Amino acid sequence: MHASVRQAVSVNINPPTVNPSRETAAPASMRMSINKVNFFYGSKHTLFDISLGIAANKVTALIGPSGCGKSTLLRTFNRMHETVRGARLAGEILLDGKNILAQDVTQLRRRVGMVFQRPNPFPKSIFDNVAYGLRINGSKLPIADAVEKSLRHAALWDEVKDHLHKSAYELSGGQQQRLCIARGLAVEPEVLLLDEPCSALDPISTAKIEELLVQLKDLCTICIVTHNMQQAARVSDYTAFLLMGQLVEFSPTPHMFTTPSDPRTEAYITGRFG
Amino acid sequence: MNTHLRWRKLVSNFMLGLTGVCALVAVSVLFFILGYLVYHGSASINWNFFTKLPAPVGETGGGMANAIVGSAKLLFLASVFGVPIGFFGGIYMAEFSNSSIAFVVRYAADLLNGVPSIVIGIFAYALAVLPFKHFSTWAGAFALGVMMIPITLRSTEEFLHAVPRPLREGSMALGASKWRTIMSVVVPAAYRGIMTAILLALARVAGETAPLLFTALGNRYWSPGFNQPTASLPAMIYSYALSPYEDWHRQAWAAGLVLLALILIVNIFARAIVSRGGTILR
Repeated sequence: MHASVRQAVSVNINPPTVNPSRETAAPASMRMSINKVNFFYGSKHTLFDISLGIAANKVTALIGPSGCGKSTLLRTFNRMHETVRGARLAGEILLDGKNILAQDVTQLRRRVGMVFQRPNPFPKSIFDNVAYGLRINGSKLPIADAVEKSLRHAALWDEVKDHLHKSAYELSGGQQQRLCIARGLAVEPEVLLLDEPCSALDPISTAKIEELLVQLKDLCTICIVTHNMQQAARVSDYTAFLLMGQLVEFSPTPHMFTTPSDPRTEAYITGRFG
Repeated sequence: MNTHLRWRKLVSNFMLGLTGVCALVAVSVLFFILGYLVYHGSASINWNFFTKLPAPVGETGGGMANAIVGSAKLLFLASVFGVPIGFFGGIYMAEFSNSSIAFVVRYAADLLNGVPSIVIGIFAYALAVLPFKHFSTWAGAFALGVMMIPITLRSTEEFLHAVPRPLREGSMALGASKWRTIMSVVVPAAYRGIMTAILLALARVAGETAPLLFTALGNRYWSPGFNQPTASLPAMIYSYALSPYEDWHRQAWAAGLVLLALILIVNIFARAIVSRGGTILR
């Protein structure tokens, strides 16, 4: 843990560094593909012809300045945008080759989980938070085992195993966010979406979550929105850079952070705006 | 410049003092009422007051057991009728309705809340007394229940609105339906507030007299079941306080004290349940 903290801090000070071992040679298979997605809030056009693929068992990061539409794009992947009145989507989003817009939304969201910007545990016990998804989906699995497994995957088990029936609100912010990740993992999603999951957390909790994300790749496909470029550089395999609702550049992360092909990307990642 | 500054300080201090005095007056009114009730009422409170029926006119002593039980029955029935309607209506308002429907319902609820209780009494009289040709506990509870609807509805709506949006999204992102999300995440999150509001509604109608005069009427004897006129504490206070008998006046004070104490006990009891539920938060 200390090593990872030191690493996190050092990366924050130095220019973005990229771990060369994460350079992916062979193109991974796509879990999701987004084809010509346009998005509207009422009459306001906020996403323009976005097309990209989310590679299976990899971490894909969406970066860009505030208001560029990265969160909006992420929220279309499990159709959370439908909870907002006046939101409209045009285009096609495929999960394992099938259009998600034609599927049952509750089934879709079980397969594509989401972790939010601020930790949002339910006003329930730690155990019931993780068990929630299993219960609503009528899971036949033994719930206690599944809860333990999810908490272990979220690297939270050792911290909470002795007080599973305490309120989730008694946990720290970082623990709450890992609880939310465990809650999402409990229903064994194929894709986990994270919307700036560390923006409300301190550096130590952030480092823990970043470490966790890299480990979770074996379990599911991850797509993370972040405004922290160093974070994208540290955890992701692919990075998409959005600007004013348009996809400017989408490439393997090492490539993006060393030799960006678009001047706007370079300007952003070197800190000239955003 | 200097005098201007001093003037501003003076005004500031004066206003500070004024607000403090007003707050003090508000609090002391309550304590004055409490003290007055205890002073006059405690003398007449004895075991008989809780266990005996009212004494026949001309005799001293007796109690208000029938009125205490009557009030309890009225409040229970009123809650059974008014709380679910207000609660589910509040859920609809906060979670499902579009803004124009919500506006109309909210406006109507606020108006209903402002309808004088005596008018509610006449309404209940026309609807629940006249057709059956007799006064009853049912009719009284109906009147009180109607009064509980707007308070419960508006406060349920307010407290559900206060539940942060990410909490709903967290549930829906796990594949929960909207109804499931409301019942197992949103309502539990707003539970304390809603519970408190329902208690306040109950406390408010517990002291209502006017709607009961036309509906439950009053009774100097026991009222078995729900189909007969029944005594209630507020109506008893009303008729005893207006009577020419010294002994009845004392009993009216005692009834006032008991009514206040009962409301207080209900409040404390329910808050205890709420706070115990708070640590487990299921």
